[in-house]
Amino acid sequence: MTLNVKERRNKTGTVLVATGEINSETSGSLLQALLPLVREGKPLKIDLTAVTYVSSAGLRTLLVVYREAQHAGVAVTLYGVSEEVRFVMSATGFLDFFETGEAVAAAAKAKAKAAR
Amino acid sequence: MTETRSEQVLRVDAYPTHEVGGYRVRAGKPFPFGANVVPGGVSFSVFSDQATSMTLVIFKRGEPEPMAELEFPEEFRTGSVFAMTVFGLDHENIEYGYRADGPYDPVTGHRFDARQVLSDPYARLIAGRDVWGVEPDRSRGYQYRSRVCLQDFDWGDDTPLGIPAEDLVVYETHVRGFTRHPSSQVTAPGTFAGLREKIPYLKELGINCIELLPVFEFDESDNPRSNPETGEQLFDYWGYNTVSFFAPKAGYAATGRYGMQGDEFRTLIKDLHAAGIEVILDVVFNHTAEGNEQGPTISFKGLDNATYYMLTPDGYYFNFSGTGNTVNCNHPVVRNYVLDCLRHWVADYHIDGFRFDLAAILGRALDGTPLPNPPLLELLAYDPVLRHTKLIAEAWDAGGLYEVGNFPAYGRWAEWNGKYRDTVRSFLKGDPGVTGELATRIAGSPDLYATRGTAASVNFLTAHDGFTLADLVSYNDKHNEANGENNNDGANDNNSWNCGAEGPTDDPEINALRTRQMKNALAILFTSQGIPMLLAGDEVARTQQGNNNTYCQDNELSWFDWDQVDDNAELLRFTREMIEFRKHHRELRSTAHPTGQVREHLGLPDISWHGERAWQPDWSAESRLLAVARCGTGDDDVVYVAMNAHWESHDLELPALPGGRSWHLFADTGAEAPYDIRTPGAEQELDNAGKYLIGPRSVVILVGRTDDPDDLDTP
Repeated sequence: MTLNVKERRNKTGTVLVATGEINSETSGSLLQALLPLVREGKPLKIDLTAVTYVSSAGLRTLLVVYREAQHAGVAVTLYGVSEEVRFVMSATGFLDFFETGEAVAAAAKAKAKAAR
Repeated sequence: MTETRSEQVLRVDAYPTHEVGGYRVRAGKPFPFGANVVPGGVSFSVFSDQATSMTLVIFKRGEPEPMAELEFPEEFRTGSVFAMTVFGLDHENIEYGYRADGPYDPVTGHRFDARQVLSDPYARLIAGRDVWGVEPDRSRGYQYRSRVCLQDFDWGDDTPLGIPAEDLVVYETHVRGFTRHPSSQVTAPGTFAGLREKIPYLKELGINCIELLPVFEFDESDNPRSNPETGEQLFDYWGYNTVSFFAPKAGYAATGRYGMQGDEFRTLIKDLHAAGIEVILDVVFNHTAEGNEQGPTISFKGLDNATYYMLTPDGYYFNFSGTGNTVNCNHPVVRNYVLDCLRHWVADYHIDGFRFDLAAILGRALDGTPLPNPPLLELLAYDPVLRHTKLIAEAWDAGGLYEVGNFPAYGRWAEWNGKYRDTVRSFLKGDPGVTGELATRIAGSPDLYATRGTAASVNFLTAHDGFTLADLVSYNDKHNEANGENNNDGANDNNSWNCGAEGPTDDPEINALRTRQMKNALAILFTSQGIPMLLAGDEVARTQQGNNNTYCQDNELSWFDWDQVDDNAELLRFTREMIEFRKHHRELRSTAHPTGQVREHLGLPDISWHGERAWQPDWSAESRLLAVARCGTGDDDVVYVAMNAHWESHDLELPALPGGRSWHLFADTGAEAPYDIRTPGAEQELDNAGKYLIGPRSVVILVGRTDDPDDLDTP
C-alpha cells in the first residue's frame, strides 16, 4: 500500500497526480506534499485517476487540505475520481465539500481533440 | 505565510515509558473509556471490577490470529480500570479486543474466561458483520471486532433543530426496510445512504422527526430459525439484540465494508437536519445479544458479568426482557455506561432524542424490584448533554411492569401511549362502550398525564411491533406462520377488524371500507392532542400480509414497496394533507390539556363535545359517534371533528359559530377522492351551515372560519 505523488506546474496552477491508495499510512506524506502547494496560493488540482482507494483517514486528509485551502483562499479541485471512490465519498458526505472534474489528462486530451 | 493548524504539538504523554510484547507503551488515561487516538498512538481503557488481569489483543485488520497480546502492567491499573497507550499502531488497520482473567463461579455471578476475546463495550466501530446478510465465518474465535474510529466529522453549521415536542410528527422506520425493495430505485438500497436519497419524500410527506429502529451494531444472522414453508433463512431483522452500543451498524452502511459507517450515518443525520427533520433512535438497554447461560460471550459477560446483568441469588439471569438476560441498569457503573452511550450519540452523531425499548426495566433495582425514584431515569432527565433531547419510554416490560401514565418522568420523559392505540383501535372497529375513553385519549390523555402535559403522550395506532395500518383493517387474526413459531409469536390482542373478509379481497365494497377505515384512523391520529407517530408505509397502505411480528422477515413482508406510492396515491395525499392540517392548527398541538374554559375572543370553550345534537354528546355504551370542537388561544378558527364508528349514517347538528365565521369542509372520509380531503386553508364552505350528514364509519373535519378576516365580529 504505497502512494506516489508527482507535481506538475503550469500557468494556471499546480496539478498533483497521486497514484496508489490514500489511507492512514500514506495520508501523512500526501499532506506533506499538498500543504506547501496550498501555501503557494495558486489553484490546485489533485488528480486521483490512479487512486484506487481512499480510506476514512484519507478522506479526512483531503478535507484538511480543503480546509487549509479555504483558509488561504485557494481553489482546490479533485480530478479523475473513480466511480468507487466517488461512491464512497458521496455516501459519507465528503464529496459535498469538493469541486470535482474529469481527469486532468482526459480533459487535456479532449481539449486537444476539440482544438483539432 | 499562512499558518497551518496541522503542525504537531509536542506533549509529554507522546513518549513511551514501557515496552510490552515488543510494543512501546505507557500508562493510558482511564477516561474516556474505549480506544482513542492520541499523539503517536492509541489509548485503550477498559473497566472490570473483578478481573485479576487484562490483556489487550490486537489483530491486523481481517486476520484470524492476533498480531499482539499485550497484558496491562499492574501499574497501568487505576481503581478497576485498565488503561494503556500503545505507540506506533496504524489505527485504521487494526482490530482489537480484550482477554479478561478472573474467577469462573456463576453462583457468585462471575464468568471470566481468558480464552475468549471480548469486544470493547465502548467500541465506536465493530467489524465482523460488515455487509448485511453475508454468512459469517463462525470458525473464527473473535466474531465482533472492536475498531478504532476517528471522530472529527465536519458538521458544518449543523445544530439540533430543537423542534418543540408538541410540534413533532414522528415517522417510525427501519433503515434497511425503507429502501431495500428494488422499487426504491436508490443508489445503495437498504442503507443510510439509501435513506438519505429519500429525504425529499419525507419532506413532502410533512413529517419532521424520523424514529429509527435499532441502529447499534447487531448480528442479523443470530436467528437460528428458517421459514417452515420456504426453507429460507430468517434474520434478526429488527435488530433489538444489541452487540455493541456505541457502534453504528456496519451492515446498514453502503460503506460498511470500508468501516465508514460512522461517517455515512452522520451524513444522513446532517442532511435530515438540513431538511428540518429530527432523528430519534430506538435504543435497547434492557438486554443484550449475550442471552442467558446458553448464550454467547461477546463482551459484558466476560468482562464483568455480575456488574452488567441482573442475577438471581443463584447466579442465573433475571429475564424481565423476555430475551434471556436483563441489563443491570441501576448499578452505578451501568448507569454511567448508559449515560456515556447516549452522550456519545448526541455529541458525536447529533441525535435529537431516544425511544427506550422496554423502558420499565430502566426503573428496576439491582434485584429487579421497581424503584420509586430510579436513579438512571433521573440521571438521564437532568444530564447536561442530553438536556434538550427527547426521551420517550416504552413504559412497560416483559416482566409485567406496566407504567403507562406512571413512568417516573422528572418533567422530561414522554411515553408511547399504548392506551391511546388500544382505545382508538377499539373505537374504529365499532366496539361498544369506548366513546368516553376515546374523548380522554384524543384530548391528550389527561387521566394519564395531568401534570405532564399533552406532549408526554406519543399517540400511535401502529408501530413496527404489530399490524400495519392496512393489515389492521384487513385481518382479524395474526398470520405469523412464516416466522417458524407455529403462529404462537406476536400479540393476540390486536383490536383489529378485517371489514368482512380475511386478507386480500376483490370485493370493491370491502376494499372501499378498508380505505375509509385507514383514513379514519389517520384523521383521528392527526387531530388528537399529543405527539402523533406514523409507522412508515402506513401512508401508502403497506401490508405485511397479516404478520404482526416481522422481527425476522428481511423480505417483501417488511420492506417499503415504493410502487405503492403511486398505487395508493389517494391515501398518501390524505396523509399529507392531514399532517399539513395539524401544522395549521395550534389548538391541536396545545401542550395544556383542555379544561372547557371559554376562549373569550371566540365565546367558545377550548374543547366541547357534541353528538348528533350540538352540545349533547352521547356517552352511553351503545354510542359510536362523537364530535369534538376545539379552539385555541391564538387561532381565530375552530376545528370540529366528528367520528362515526357506527355502520349507519347520522345527521349532525353543527354547533353555532361566533359572528362572521362559517363551517368549511376540510375532510370527509365518506366522500370519494378527491373530495375526501382539501388543502388546509382551501376548505369549502358548507351550503347548509347548521347540518352535516356523516356517512357510516366516517370521520368529518370542519373548520369554523371566515374567508375574510374583516368579516369577524368580536363576541
